[in-house]
Parts: sequence; C-alpha cells; structure tokens
Amino acid sequence: MGGAMLSLGFYVPSAGKEATIVKTTEAEGFGVELNAWIHIDTSGKVTIFSHRAEMGQGVYQAIPQIIAEELEVNLDEVNIVFAKGDNKKYGNQVTGGSSSVRTTYKNLLKLSATAREMLMEAAANRWKVSRAECYAESGHVFHKPSKRKYHYGELVLDASKLQAPEQVTLKKRSEYKLIGKPLRRQDTRMKTNGTAIFGLDKEIPGMLYAVVERNPRLRGVVKSVDDTDALKVPGVKRVVKVRMGVFSTYREGVAVVADSAWQAMQGRKALRVTWDDTGFEHQNTEQIFRRQADELKNNEGLSFKTQGDVNAILNGASDKIDVVYQTPYQQHACMEPLNCVAHWQGDKVEIWGPIQAPDWVQDYISKEMNLPRENVIVNMTFLGGGFGRKAFMDYPHEAVVISKVIGAPVQVVWTREDDMTQGPYRPGISYRCEGVVTNGEISAFKVKMAGQNNDHWRGGPKDKPNRSTSEGLLKPYFDSIKNLSIQDIPFETPIPTMWWRSVYASTNGFAYESFLDELAVAAGKDPLEFRRSYLKDERAQKLIDRMQEVSGWKKRKKGDGFGVAITECFNSTVGQVVKVSKQPSGGVKIDRVWAVMDCGWYVNPDTIKAQVEGSIVMALGAATMHEIRFEDGLTVQKNFYAYPMPRIYDIPPIEVYIMENDADAGGVGEPGLPAFAPALTNAIFDLTGKRIRKLPFDLNTVSS
Amino acid sequence: MLMATVSCKINGKDQTLEVDPQMPLLWAIRDVARLKGTKYGCGVAQCGACVLHLNGEAVRSCVTRVTRAEGQKVVTIEGLSENNDHPLQVAWQEIDVPQCGYCHSGQIMSAAVLLRENPNPTDQDIDRAMGGNICRCGTYPRIRKAIHRAAEMLRSGGKRNGTDL
Ligand code: FES
Ligand code: FES
Repeated sequence: MGGAMLSLGFYVPSAGKEATIVKTTEAEGFGVELNAWIHIDTSGKVTIFSHRAEMGQGVYQAIPQIIAEELEVNLDEVNIVFAKGDNKKYGNQVTGGSSSVRTTYKNLLKLSATAREMLMEAAANRWKVSRAECYAESGHVFHKPSKRKYHYGELVLDASKLQAPEQVTLKKRSEYKLIGKPLRRQDTRMKTNGTAIFGLDKEIPGMLYAVVERNPRLRGVVKSVDDTDALKVPGVKRVVKVRMGVFSTYREGVAVVADSAWQAMQGRKALRVTWDDTGFEHQNTEQIFRRQADELKNNEGLSFKTQGDVNAILNGASDKIDVVYQTPYQQHACMEPLNCVAHWQGDKVEIWGPIQAPDWVQDYISKEMNLPRENVIVNMTFLGGGFGRKAFMDYPHEAVVISKVIGAPVQVVWTREDDMTQGPYRPGISYRCEGVVTNGEISAFKVKMAGQNNDHWRGGPKDKPNRSTSEGLLKPYFDSIKNLSIQDIPFETPIPTMWWRSVYASTNGFAYESFLDELAVAAGKDPLEFRRSYLKDERAQKLIDRMQEVSGWKKRKKGDGFGVAITECFNSTVGQVVKVSKQPSGGVKIDRVWAVMDCGWYVNPDTIKAQVEGSIVMALGAATMHEIRFEDGLTVQKNFYAYPMPRIYDIPPIEVYIMENDADAGGVGEPGLPAFAPALTNAIFDLTGKRIRKLPFDLNTVSS
Repeated sequence: MLMATVSCKINGKDQTLEVDPQMPLLWAIRDVARLKGTKYGCGVAQCGACVLHLNGEAVRSCVTRVTRAEGQKVVTIEGLSENNDHPLQVAWQEIDVPQCGYCHSGQIMSAAVLLRENPNPTDQDIDRAMGGNICRCGTYPRIRKAIHRAAEMLRSGGKRNGTDL
C-alpha cells in the first residue's frame, strides 16, 4: 500500500461510546481499537478491509455494500481484502453471534460518509467553490453549476491533508441506492470456477503436509509411539508428537509429516500409538441423558429468572403439564474440514487458514508460543463453512507447533473423520418444562435446563447459571407471564462443547416453543393467537400478522398439519409456519415452510433469504437426520454415512419474508435456525396428535 | 512402492504426473497438478465435493485411482469453461447460489453432466442427478433453480462453450 492515499478508520474509545473517525497517519497515536479501514489510492481504487471472516454468510458482500453507499462508489469497483488478525487495530474480529453487521454498521456508515465529505471538500477547495454546489457519485465529485468533475483518485492527496469533519449527515433509508437492495455477491464468481482460495487450497513455497492421529477420547495422552512403519511410507518425512490447546486443557496427538496430504494419511495408517486414557470418565450418550433426567427430577439448579410464585402453583395444581424435551449433541460438519497453514520463522510465525476469530488466534498463539503479539500474523482465507467451529484455536495451534518442530512451513489437514470425531460439539441438553393453564391462561411456567455450558471452557463462573438459559425465548414473555421460573442445572462431562449455529437458541427454542404449543393446546386456543396474546410488543404483533398472511394460517382447519414457532436470536426474531401431510407409506412429508424474519435495518435482502433457507436446511438435518453419540468415550459417527446430511431431494419449498422497519440491525446468519424444529414438530402434533419431545426423530416413521 | 507416471489431458492440456499409483485422483489433481478447485469433503464417496469429469463422466475423484486417468481426459471446474461462462456458471452467478462456496465445484460438475444428458430436466431428474452432492450451507433451493435456469438458457440457444458440453 505505497504512495499517496486517503486511509480512514474508526476508533472506538470504549464500549457504548460513539466512534471517532481518524486518518491512518493519526492512527498510531490512538494505539488501540482502530477499526475497519477504507483506503483510496491516487488511481481512485478503493480498497476495503473486511475484518470479519467470510464463511458463507455474506459479510464479504455486506460490509462493502454498506461502505459503498455512503462513500458513493460503485460496488463492483471496490477491492475487498481480508484484514489480518489484530484486535488492537480492528476491534473484535470474532465472527460469531451474527454480529458483523449489527455491531459495526453505524460506524461503517459514518466512516464512509466522512471519507466522502473530505473528498468533496478537497474538490470544492480546488475549484474554489462552495461545498454546497458539489455532489459525489460513482467515485467522482461533481460541481453542479459548471459540470466539472474529479475522480476520487485525483482528490485523495488533498483530502488526506484535511481534518476529518466531526459531524456528517447520513442518508435516510429512503435515499439508499445500495443498502436494502438484493445486489449480487462479490464473491460468487470466484466460487463458480474454483478460484476462491479456501484454507485447504493455500500453498506456500516449501510447504509440507501433516495429518495428526489425535486421542480418540479427546482427553487422553500419548503413552507410546511406534513410527517404524510410518516412516517407511514414501513421502513421509517426520513423525512428531504434538500437544494443542482444547479449551483450558490440552489434547495430544502424533503428526505424520509428508510431501503430500495423501502420503501423510498413508503414513498415519502405519503408525502405532497407544494412549493413556485414565483420569477422566468415558462417556456413553445413554448415561449422559440418564444423568440429565435424574438432575431434572431431583435438582432445582440455579435461578436464571424467577418471578411470582411458580412452585406453589405447580405444587397445588391437579393437572399440571410436566414434560421433558431432549436435544442431541451435534457436530458442525463444515463442508471444508479443518486445516491450517503455519510458517514458523524463528522469532515470528505466520498463519493462513479458514479462521473465524483471527484476533483470538493471534492472542492465543502469542501466549502459548511465547511470542510478542505483533510477531504472530494471522491471515484469513475463505471459509468452507464455520458455524462456530472455526472460532477455535486447536487447529492453528497444532500447525504452529508442527512447523516449529520441523522447521518448515506446514499445512495440517484434518480428515472428515478427524473433524467429526474430535469435537467440540453442540451440547446435548434436556429440559424439564412444567406449567399450569387456568381459564385458558398460563398461570405457571417453569423450565429447567440440564446441559453443558459452553462458557465453562473459557473459565466462566460455575456458580452462575448459563447466561444463555433463555436464549431463543422472546423477551415480552417475561412481562406477560407473571409466574415464571427459568433454572439452569450445571452439568459437566469431559466432552468439549462449543457454539453451533444459533447456539443455545437452537436447543432452547425446541423446548420453549414446543412447551408453549402444549400450553396452547391445554388452553384450547389457536397456538399462534395464544402466542400473540403474550407478545405485547408492536414488532412481534406485526410479525404474527405477516406470518398469518403469508401462510394462509387463518384459512387452515385444525388437523390440517400446520405448526408454528417464533424464536429470538442475536437481536432478530424469526417466525416459522410449517405444513406437513401424511405419506401413504406411513411417514410425514413437509409440504412447505414459511419464514418471516424481523432483523430491523438490513443490508441485502437476498443474502438474508439465503441465510434463512440455509438455516432451515441445517435445522432439518439436526431435527430429523443426525446426532453425535458416544460409546465408552469414543464418538460413534465418523463420516457422512453415519451422520446423514439433508440432500437436495429432502428440501421442501421454503418461502422467506423480511419485515420492514427502522429498528436497529439484528443478526441474520443464525436466527433463521431455531424456530424450524419446533414449528415442524408442532405441525406433526396438529396432523397426528403425536407430540415429539426428543430430537432427532425420523420423518418416515413418525406417524405410525 | 514404485512411483507411476500417469499421462493424461487435464483441462485440454497434456500432462504427465509422477505419482504413487495408489493415490486417489483427487489428491493428484490438487497436490500434484496443483488445481485446487476440486475439493476434499469426505474421502469416501459420500459428499460429491470432489466431482470432476473423467472422459465426460462425473466421477468422485476421492475414490478414483489416479491410474484410471492414464490416457484419458480429465476436466475440473477450472476447465469447465474459459471465462466462467458455462450456462451453469452464469445461472449460478445470476441466482447467487453459493454461500461458503466449498461444495459448488462439485455441484456444478455434477449438474454439467446432467444437463448434457438431459437438457430439460424435471425436478425429479435433478433430485436423482444431484442427490450425491451435499451442501452444508443448504443452498439446495437455489441449486435447483439455477439448473432449471441454465437449461432454459441452453434451450434458447445460450452459450455452449463448455469444454465437454
Ligand atoms: S470427497 Fe469425494 S465424495 Fe466426498
Ligand atoms: S455453499 Fe457451503 S457447503 Fe455448499
């Protein structure tokens, strides 16, 4: 990035405060948290650094689409570059919680408008005219009366010497030319001809390949290694013991390093490793869920939210509903298995990979390898899926360790089997739901959750309830249900768990929204109108109107096979209606899914539709096709034949609608997922009278 | 183990690969011929990420020995068209099919054989031809739409400059 240019970023003084826009030359003085750069060089080329990972959710499109709007440039003339990991410079880069747009868009709009204003001022100064006579469009500043113009490249040098204005006027939503439009994604063309570089495609000169035999029980250590035969395999260069972080503990493995990935895999087959698997429990899935059932029966757990006097009402009721819902462990199963390239260079290391949290990797490697932060350079490639799994440090860590030992750049390649058997997983969780309905109203509502807390690996407090105990449940319920109790029973296993697309909303949503359906049935009410009566909130009311309108809800008859669910996730609310019918063969078929998303202010409606479609497909798999199970501490499912994925012929028609309002932006990559499973099982109840309380279940046998 | 010499045409160019004869074509294409567009997803013929064309047929290169390519024609996603303008690629771009994009080399290569054999596929034909390709991001509704769109382009005399269409 040599030569004259205008470079802007923003500096966020502290959480909650408004950002200050600064030029790169001033940036040094700020030292910390300088975010998301725009560079314009003298040719007029605009480069935008995307500091977030692109894993399919469309941030590579969304961030430039926001910037181009206020900067007044054409989107296809913008050069998009992935920023390196550096949270001192870009702020939080962890691409999770559907946060990329909702937490940065206001600053990005301001940043872009600031750059535009400076370019306009530079032009006005040069023409010696009033700034008010000028306007910006398509990367140019125009002088209206004289029809003169400069392209941005001609102005950057002057602009870079100006003071950034303190105040800029942002466009109204009605004035947007790009934001809110279904513009095509900038990364699509690279993804139709094989030129997009994913982690696994990264090559650097002299790079070797490693595959690692890791402890199959996740927590064991290496007892002995016999590498005699492995080293005889052609292409195999070294066999190296590795130890990489798994949360607050470590995992051990033995790496086979070779000239090609496949040769390394052959070498691994010839390796003989024995493990010491003592000192931790070897889990069985049955036993995990039995323990959860016992906890739910015997334990109150920690209070997440308590209002009114739920227990007294429950104890005094003769006809309370008391049911348990169960959701399984799940694997992310990103289409691109984990992999990472590292090049250890003595006093520094450079890393390339499909990485969701480059700044975390930088911090972690710096600490583990005893290197100054700035000597850990983390580059993001495109990610072949992420879903939470690629926000974790283990696979970069092992690449760095191996590169250091062998003294050469190396790519660690995980096989599908490694990826599926090594976790971390979405935790399997059980919920006990107790409720009483009196005169058609909920008089007591109690949900207890027993399942692993993802925060515990980060050292989260164990005497506090899971902060996500009610994730998924819409907040207005807290105002309208007077007697309510939500409890978390701490539950541990040696199995590492991690965020999985939409996190706890993906499991909570099933329990809460199925339970609400049971309460509606007990109240003898239409399940959607029943929800409406508790959701005293304008946006929720409008969402319900829209759901009814698009799905023909009011025209349906009881028993037609319609089900509904509404969930909240990362500041967006999604309602889904599912319609099912009986198959002659005895199973149930999904005829159609209607999804309505309220995410407030949004960038690209087509990206949102794609994300909701994809979320529903992922939810379909998790609800009806696959789960991770453990036997004697070993993961049973090793590849797609045992963890079946939805296929093109499994997918029902999906209609997605987006609510229009001016509320603050919510997430879009994950919120489409949680409502699907309960809407589906509620529809099956409507059709068959059978209540499904345990996932996954088989659509082909459900009605028999 | 002896190394083998496999001579074949890859994307229209004659190539000689010095490889272990046991090596699957997938890894030979990726790591020896250094064409990274063909992807590894499962290694056991379950996901279709590795689909390429061997003499015009869609094969799962992860379970195809490299020696099967001897004297044959291999076409990968990089060679499907010269300018990223095979009707399927154009339809994929029009409809913005990919999300993460990792599965789409395989999806497009599978769809290309379907369209060559059946320029007017029904939904059922698409189900049958594309059932071997997993998309974890769930782009299936758009894949279906894009195949129909490409078929329409072909029928109305759209471009036919795919290497083996
Ligand atoms: S990698 Fe060949 S089918 Fe999955
Ligand atoms: S687009 Fe991500 S796997 Fe298909």
